[in-house]
Amino acid sequence: MKILELKDVSKVFYSKTQETDAVSHLTFDVNEGEFVAIIGPSGCGKTTILSLVCGLIAPTSGQVCLAPNSHVGYMLQRDQLFEWRTIEKNVQLGLEIMRKLTPENKQYADSLLKKYGLWEFRKHHPSELSGGMRQRAALIRTLATNPDLLLLDEPFSALDFQTRLEVCDDVYAIIRSEKKTALLVTHDISEAISLADRIVVLTARPATVLAIHEPKLNASSPLKRRESPDFSQQFELLHKYLHGENR
Amino acid sequence: MKNNFTREHLLYLRKKTIRKTLVHVAQIGVLLLLLGLWELAARLGWIDSFITSSPSRIWNTLVELIGNGTLWHHMGVSTAETLAGFAIGTAIGYTVAVILWWNAFLKDVFEPYVVVLNSLPKIALGPIIIIWAGTGTASIITMAVLISVVITTITILNGFIETDKEKALLLRSLGANRLQIFTKLVAPANVPTLMATLKINVGMAWIGSIMGEYLVSKEGLGYLLVYGSQVFRLDLVMTCTVVLCALAGVMYALVAILEKIVIKRY
Repeated sequence: MKILELKDVSKVFYSKTQETDAVSHLTFDVNEGEFVAIIGPSGCGKTTILSLVCGLIAPTSGQVCLAPNSHVGYMLQRDQLFEWRTIEKNVQLGLEIMRKLTPENKQYADSLLKKYGLWEFRKHHPSELSGGMRQRAALIRTLATNPDLLLLDEPFSALDFQTRLEVCDDVYAIIRSEKKTALLVTHDISEAISLADRIVVLTARPATVLAIHEPKLNASSPLKRRESPDFSQQFELLHKYLHGENR
Repeated sequence: MKNNFTREHLLYLRKKTIRKTLVHVAQIGVLLLLLGLWELAARLGWIDSFITSSPSRIWNTLVELIGNGTLWHHMGVSTAETLAGFAIGTAIGYTVAVILWWNAFLKDVFEPYVVVLNSLPKIALGPIIIIWAGTGTASIITMAVLISVVITTITILNGFIETDKEKALLLRSLGANRLQIFTKLVAPANVPTLMATLKINVGMAWIGSIMGEYLVSKEGLGYLLVYGSQVFRLDLVMTCTVVLCALAGVMYALVAILEKIVIKRY
C-alpha cells in the first residue's frame, strides 16, 4: 500500500531579488514498510521535500498525498533535545504537543526507552549522554508518537564517522524492529545504499527525479551491506548518476 | 569526596585555592587602604573633611541615623520603591516582548518606537511624570519602571528571536501552535536571558527610584542625599551613598543567587 505519493510537485521560493525553483515536477511514492532514500547534490532542495511531506510548507503546484489518517515523524539533522528536560521528558515532548500524553502512550515511550537501552538514563539531561545515545533518544522521541512515516533529514551528519556507522546500524535496527516506513534524505551515497530498499536520485536544483534505483543487497544490517561485494559497484553507479549529471 | 587525586592534582588545586584567597585578600586590602588614606588625609588636614567627610564621620553618622530610626525609614521607602519599579518594569517589559514576538507585524511596526524610547534619556520625562503622576511615590515608581522597561523588552525580545529555529521547526513538525512553541521552547530556552535581564534591572530600578526621589520626594535615600547636599552635610551625603552601595550590592547578590539556582540546567 502506498503511504506517500508525490504527484508532479513543484515548489518555488520567492525573495526580493529572485525566485528560486527548489523542486520541479517531482513524482515518486513510498510504500508501507519500505525504506526509501533520497540522494542528490548538496543544496538541491532535499530538505524542502521533507518540509513538503511534513506539511510545513505547501507546494506551489502538484500534490503531496499522505495515506488517510497517517501522520509523519520528522527527525532533524541534530538531535534537538531540550537541555532543560530530562531524557524521559524529551521523549514525551511529541506526545505533549499532540496532547496525547495518556498513560498508555507514556508506557509505550517507556517501553521504547527500555528496549533501546536508555531506561537507566531517563532522569539524565541530554548533555550527559554521548552523541550516539542522543540521536537514539531523538529517534525514540519521534517513534513515541507512533508515526506511520518517518522522515529522516541527514540524521547522522552531525556525528563523526565511526559513531555515524554505529548509529546508522542502530537506527536501522530500531526502525526495522518497529516496522516503520522511512524516508531518508542524504547526500551520502554509501549511507543511502546501506540503508535503503529504494533510492530516489535527484538532479541539482531545481530537484527532479533523475532515476530510481534499487540496491537489492541481501544483508541484514547497514554495516553488513557495506561489506557486501556488490556495494562498491552500486556506489559507482550512483556516483555516475550524480556526477555525470553535474557535468 | 574523592581522595584518589594525584599529588600533582592536589598541588594544582592548592594553587587555585591560594590564588582565590589572594584575590579576596587584595580586594579587602584595597578597600581598607583607601579608607585608611581617606581617614588619615582628613585627620592630618590634607583635605577638608567638611567637604570630603571621612570614614569615621560616616560611621558616626550611620550610628546616629540608625539610633534615631531615620535610616531604616528612608531605606525602607527607597527599597520598596525600587522593588516595585523592578517588578513592574520587568513584568511589563517581558509582556511586551512576548506580544512583539508573537506578532511579527506588530514587531515591525513598533521597532523604531522601541529604539527611540530606548535612547531617550528618561530623566527628560521627569517634568511630565510629575504633572501626570503627582509628587509622590507613584512618580518615583513610574520613573523606575520607565528606566527598566524598554531595556527589558529589547533584551528579552532579542533572546526570543534568537531561539534555535531548528528546535521550533521540530515543534512545528509535531503540529505545535504558537502558544506551545512559546511555553515548551521559547520561554524555557530564555530563562537565562530573563536572569541576565533581572541583573541589569536591579541597577536600572535603583537609578530610577533615586532619580525619582531627587525630583519629587519627601523621604527615601535619594531625598536624604539631596537634603544633605542642600544643607551642606557631606557626612550625610556620603553615608547615604555607602548605604545605597550596600543595598544595591545585596539586591544584586540575591538575583545572582537566584540565577545560580535556576540556571543549573542551561
